[in-house]
Amino acid sequence: MSAQMAGVTRKPIAKLRSMGGGWLEKVCLGLLVLFVLVALFAPWLSPQDPTYGELGTGLVGPGADHWLGTDQGGHDTFSALIEGSRTSLAGPLLVVLVSTVAGIAIGLFAAWRGGWVDTVLGRLLDVVFAFPALLVAILAVAVFGKGMTAPVIAMSVAYMPYTARLVRGLAMQEQARPYIAAYRVQGHSALYVAVRRLLPNIGPTVLAQSSVNFGYALLDLAALSFLGLGVQAPTPDWGAMINQSQAAVLRGQPLSAVVPAVAVVVVVVAFNIVGENVGDRLAGRKT
Amino acid sequence: MSRTATRAIGVVSRLAGMAATLLVTSFLVFSSLYLAPGDPASFLVRGRSAGPEELARIRHRYGFDEPFLVRYWDWLGGVLHGDFGRSYVFHQDVSSVIWSRLPATLLLIAASALLIAVVGVAAGIVGALRRGTRTDSMLMLLVTVGAAAPAFVAALLLRSLFGVKLGWFPTIGNGTGVLDRLHHVVLPAIALSVTFMAMVTRVTRSSMLEELGREHVEVAVSRGTPRWTVIRRHVLRNALGPIVTVSALLISGMLVSTSIVETAFGMSGVGSLLVTSVNQMDFQVVQAIVLLVVAAFVVVNFLVDLVHPLIDPRVAAAGSAR
Amino acid sequence: MALLEYENLSIALPGTARPVLDGIDLTVSAGEVVALVGESGSGKSVTARSALGLFPTGAHVDGHVRVDGTEVVGAGPAALRAIRTGTASMIFQDPRAGINPVRRIGDFLTEALRVSNGWSKGRADDRAVELLGAVGLPDPERHLRQYPYELSGGMLQRVMIAAALTAGPRLLLCDEPTTALDVSTQAEIMAILGRLQRERDLGMLLITHDIELAAAVCDRIYVMYAGRIVETAPTAQLFGAPRHPYTAGLLGSSPPLRAPAGPPARLTPIPGSPMGLLDSAPGCSFAARCRSARPGVCDRTPPPLEGHGTALVACHLAESLTATDNTATGEGT
Repeated sequence: MSAQMAGVTRKPIAKLRSMGGGWLEKVCLGLLVLFVLVALFAPWLSPQDPTYGELGTGLVGPGADHWLGTDQGGHDTFSALIEGSRTSLAGPLLVVLVSTVAGIAIGLFAAWRGGWVDTVLGRLLDVVFAFPALLVAILAVAVFGKGMTAPVIAMSVAYMPYTARLVRGLAMQEQARPYIAAYRVQGHSALYVAVRRLLPNIGPTVLAQSSVNFGYALLDLAALSFLGLGVQAPTPDWGAMINQSQAAVLRGQPLSAVVPAVAVVVVVVAFNIVGENVGDRLAGRKT
Repeated sequence: MSRTATRAIGVVSRLAGMAATLLVTSFLVFSSLYLAPGDPASFLVRGRSAGPEELARIRHRYGFDEPFLVRYWDWLGGVLHGDFGRSYVFHQDVSSVIWSRLPATLLLIAASALLIAVVGVAAGIVGALRRGTRTDSMLMLLVTVGAAAPAFVAALLLRSLFGVKLGWFPTIGNGTGVLDRLHHVVLPAIALSVTFMAMVTRVTRSSMLEELGREHVEVAVSRGTPRWTVIRRHVLRNALGPIVTVSALLISGMLVSTSIVETAFGMSGVGSLLVTSVNQMDFQVVQAIVLLVVAAFVVVNFLVDLVHPLIDPRVAAAGSAR
Repeated sequence: MALLEYENLSIALPGTARPVLDGIDLTVSAGEVVALVGESGSGKSVTARSALGLFPTGAHVDGHVRVDGTEVVGAGPAALRAIRTGTASMIFQDPRAGINPVRRIGDFLTEALRVSNGWSKGRADDRAVELLGAVGLPDPERHLRQYPYELSGGMLQRVMIAAALTAGPRLLLCDEPTTALDVSTQAEIMAILGRLQRERDLGMLLITHDIELAAAVCDRIYVMYAGRIVETAPTAQLFGAPRHPYTAGLLGSSPPLRAPAGPPARLTPIPGSPMGLLDSAPGCSFAARCRSARPGVCDRTPPPLEGHGTALVACHLAESLTATDNTATGEGT
């Protein structure tokens, strides 16, 4: 333990790479890569047009024509799963990108300026924090109508405090370390020190948090589509697929809903495991 | 200064902070819906043809022609008296629309909270005490999957298995009468609690593990205190702080998730009301529900802050030292 | 019959190179004060905790520990509780860490009486007040209602001592009872312990790294290195003629409590650092740091404790070193 306390993290990125992780983490990472590849090449991978519903072939079981069967409207579930991965992953990706960048900026600003700026920003973040992301997304739909654009922007704001608080805390800790003072003494500007020296040191921890955020953002956006407020038919989306299969579920044919549900859970589990394990190792905790 | 006086000042300043948060919240909620495109007056007369004079009359009657701040002030004044305005869709007071659906949602929340507190904490205790065993690994696997299983997935699986396939529980509606209502709320309550149960289990386990490693626990054991007394009085008792704090933070997510669960199970409650109101553009109702959810979160966390010194006396010491 | 008796006690943890304890033989008689001295990591605390059946998790335990004739190794929960709530109790190093911070002092003091002996709150409180008086805390009634953070370290250690006395034990295990305290408080705590020991005729095992402190209060001293007892003798004899080079090194590296007249003697630190659990040596584990070590001799396993009466030593060179001169004191010539 003393070795961990004594060792100052010099190059966390290199450390991150060298640590590797266990088999579970590798499997999860592999799954994530697979899903990303599927999303990128979806139009070439899906065997059929998921928006094409064939009358008379509704709720067909798995078979040669439809690997995972069809839903009530005769849409091929496997194709919808593949094409749905695009909207299902792109939304949370945007949320995480925007919230991470904004969170880093605000967190660094609060930590660097300190004083009343820090206090006011802290109070504002507290207010944002009181709004759960899904509620903000629903509110955005109420104001701007159904679809994904407004909820994605609104959720970027809702997820921002998590990153901002983390960055502020880490930056406060790092600021107290001698190396930052050394750079300042050498005449580097505060902005230069923050971006070039401080950020690389806290970056991996922030990345781990963003990875966990991605999972939760995916859940929230899928929930929005499940409620019928997010992605609208005929655009395929995992949450919307579950929503559209509710009647089939009541008829005892839940496959077209279970398939996207499993996809959602698998992706989120993978993101959580990768994010948390990396975070734990960076913080020196071993599970 | 006496300790009671310092503590009283702390409570008052926290109270002021909470009021400020709620004020900002109310402003955000009101102004966001004010931004909504479309003329509420033409929405009100939808279906009917109305001339410009009639529209103007409606605008005046509902106060739509007043300046923004005046309308906010009027609305806020009403809210403080429990008046959230009138629903355009139901042609009723918003408060009575919500009030009539509140019992169902409260029952759902109470049932879930019970499940989360009992099962979540118990599983966390078992995990901590059986650390590193097969039981612990299984629990942690369940926790990882559970934390990633959103309410709509849990609802889907529970409905398919226990509702449709086995027929043990109803799949739709609120039910009538006490027993029937309880029968109807079982599956929704489980669906709502899965994610939060997993999170409470995780925080209980890690908090317990941290306390188990403390020297005062070894001291208690060295004095011949029975194992379960040590666990109850020194481990769980000391681990309570993080458990309560995290649970309070989970409240907001749980309140929003009622909309998922109630929609999935076709229940009539405040959560499903939010979704239908968004669909029908019933802005007054949306405003009221959003405000209530946020206010509930803020108030619960304020109360948790207040009782924290009772859970951990060191917090009180740190507070009065400031 | 000895009050506390270790017989060939060995404790090994999986994944370590050497045992934590390796064949410990040690006795404390009723009313006797015995010290166990060694550097940190030598296994002193593990030895003391073993007397209460507090073995490290996952450890392989071999040999015997008997408290007032009751075997501790392999004992069931009931037998262990009988020892812990009756015969023996322990005072820990850091009272700040050892007393539950979220419970009141009174709760800490009376818990054992109320939970284990079924005393009423009133009766247990009276006893607690009486004990706090015995350890010299003024205003005991007020302290009962206070939380640990409201008391100083010295006061908390008195509370810890009072708590150890609640059940009226005959054996007191003191694990570095003054290390976490500041210097002026250390003397007070030792004085209180000494007084209580005499008044109540307690057997006492004092664990310390401070050989001078041990000499000031103890009848006999055991010296421990890397999980083994390397020498034991009555205090005066150990100080007068240390036979193990390690004992001599300890004496040479600590300032005497009562400095002799004249210029202060120069202190000679023992070279190197104590052996970790992941290190092991084929022969004598102290050989690497020993000024008198001889190749071909010290790389064999050292002999068991041997000698006459109560003065025993485990060193290949013990005979030759004491026979020739005092080079073994480690102070050089």
